[in-house]
Amino acid sequence: MADAKPTFMRSPDLPPPASTVGVVRWLRQNLFSTWYNSVLTVLTLWLIWEVAPPVIAWALVNADWTGATRDACSHEGACWVFIKEWFGQLIYGRYPLDERWRVNLGAVILIVCAGTLFFPRFRYKAWMAAFLLVGYPVIAFLLFSGDVFGLKWVETPLWGGLFLTLVIAIVGCVLALPIGLLLALGRRSDMPVLRAVCVAFIELWRGVPLITILFMASVMFPLFLPENLLFDKLLRILIALVLFQAAYLAEVIRGGLQAIPKGQYEGAQAVGLHYWRIMLLIILPQAIKLVIPGIVSSFIALLKDTTLVLIIGLFDFFGMIQAAGTHPDWLGFAVEGYVFAAFIFWILCFGMSRYSQRLERRLHTGH
Amino acid sequence: MSHAQADTGQGADTGVAIRMIGVHKWYGQFHVLKDIHLSVDFKEKIVVCGPSGSGKSTLIRCINRLEEHQRGRIIVEGIELTNDLKKIAEIRSEVGMVFQHFNLFPHLTVLGNLTLAPMWVRKIPRAEAEGIAMKFLTRVKIPEQATKFPGQLSGGQQQRVAIARALCMNPKIMLFDEPTSALDPEMIKEVVDVMVDLAEEGMTMIVVTHEMGFANRVADRVVFMDEGEIIEQADPKTFFNNPQNERTQLFLSQILSH
Repeated sequence: MADAKPTFMRSPDLPPPASTVGVVRWLRQNLFSTWYNSVLTVLTLWLIWEVAPPVIAWALVNADWTGATRDACSHEGACWVFIKEWFGQLIYGRYPLDERWRVNLGAVILIVCAGTLFFPRFRYKAWMAAFLLVGYPVIAFLLFSGDVFGLKWVETPLWGGLFLTLVIAIVGCVLALPIGLLLALGRRSDMPVLRAVCVAFIELWRGVPLITILFMASVMFPLFLPENLLFDKLLRILIALVLFQAAYLAEVIRGGLQAIPKGQYEGAQAVGLHYWRIMLLIILPQAIKLVIPGIVSSFIALLKDTTLVLIIGLFDFFGMIQAAGTHPDWLGFAVEGYVFAAFIFWILCFGMSRYSQRLERRLHTGH
Repeated sequence: MSHAQADTGQGADTGVAIRMIGVHKWYGQFHVLKDIHLSVDFKEKIVVCGPSGSGKSTLIRCINRLEEHQRGRIIVEGIELTNDLKKIAEIRSEVGMVFQHFNLFPHLTVLGNLTLAPMWVRKIPRAEAEGIAMKFLTRVKIPEQATKFPGQLSGGQQQRVAIARALCMNPKIMLFDEPTSALDPEMIKEVVDVMVDLAEEGMTMIVVTHEMGFANRVADRVVFMDEGEIIEQADPKTFFNNPQNERTQLFLSQILSH
């Protein structure tokens, strides 16, 4: 009776044809798929051939690595001695030499604490995050500026270099995010007054160039404020940058909020959750996940925009490079400085970009 | 309020779960609900049907205030729906709702979807909430999916999770807004079976659906709506065999003849 009925037999899987795998296939598919792609490939190879050797020769082969003065730079290539000699000031600015350990300690605490968040098994993540957001800024501020626990007072005009760049960028990103969130929610609120206030705030700050805002904070603001109410210039700059960044983030986050279907609100309302819980537990986690690329772009832009504080007299990382390049003893080595600055900024930005991609993959839940 | 308390308090409420008195609603100029009078007893199963755009979804969405009515009164379990947010929250936590498109939270696991409201609205500790969640997941026959995300489940499984999510709040009334309309044909049965089980256990249910088989099997009363009005209501036998209104007859002939 078995011969009467045809039974279903699963056909075996066959290996793919040889022409669809391997190096040759990859080359043909990616570099020589059409005649104009082939032309572009050849042109690009020629360009690399022309450009790469001189760059490598300048930056590595013919470069000067040892010595302490400009006289050590006798070769054709880059004078990395310049960077080496100025390195301390590029990192710490004019922060007193004997007190630099405080900056290092602050950085180590931050790296260790933030590092624990990367371990999936670490159990006290919520506490650690709360510490980083609330406790750490206080500790860092006291540590860096001193005048307590017998630490010497280091006024903020002495802060500088990469240290200052990171202080500005980190404060800017971390504080701007919650403010941006509230602005985005406010702009979508049902309450007309609240909505109008948020729209006005966002459009005002977004409509003004950052340089203008920095000038306002550093020069104009003191003119209008009585002297006894005037506070630290760096603090003024930080507040201005945070509000500027918050306005941009608000619009990025609003884009994410708009992408969340109405059903998500209704599903959450129907089980009895109220507005803030719906936002915090249901809507924002999804909306923010959607706009991680936008948020990170915005953070990267801020990190690079911090270099603008140079023009109002703060010596951030780029400001110190400028200062070093115009120092009478080291005239003529600006190129090395700019290349080094570009390299450091690229490392930081690329790191942020990679982290955001990792985060996106981790938060993907298959929908 | 716990389930037990409400059951004993039912007598004082004369057994009426939902009472709608002269309810009107407009979307802008469009008069979507016109003078709705409807009373639903506890443990009663109502199926609401009618052509699309007849206002049947709007009707049940008014019951848990996903839509606001502009005139008339709606009283759910003795609580009148007004702008009082506390009362709205109380009613919502007592009335479960299942949507056409499930509306599960895609960033949470199935277990996360089920424990969210018990933990944040009822303030039940996580372990206990997870116990309740697993109980209801078992009842809808998918306990093995607890750690998956909604995006990894089939439509029928997602809708069963949505039903379990509503049940975790221990509702006395369940609203179903076209629960099978977005499902592939082969998945409708698994969802309908769960709803039939629920009906047999004595849940008060209002179901907007085109599943006339379900209406025939479990409904105590079928309500037919057209153009924002309740045209006719009757027990399923009378409704299907002997419809009074010509619009009901037309509707039935259209959906039963295809």
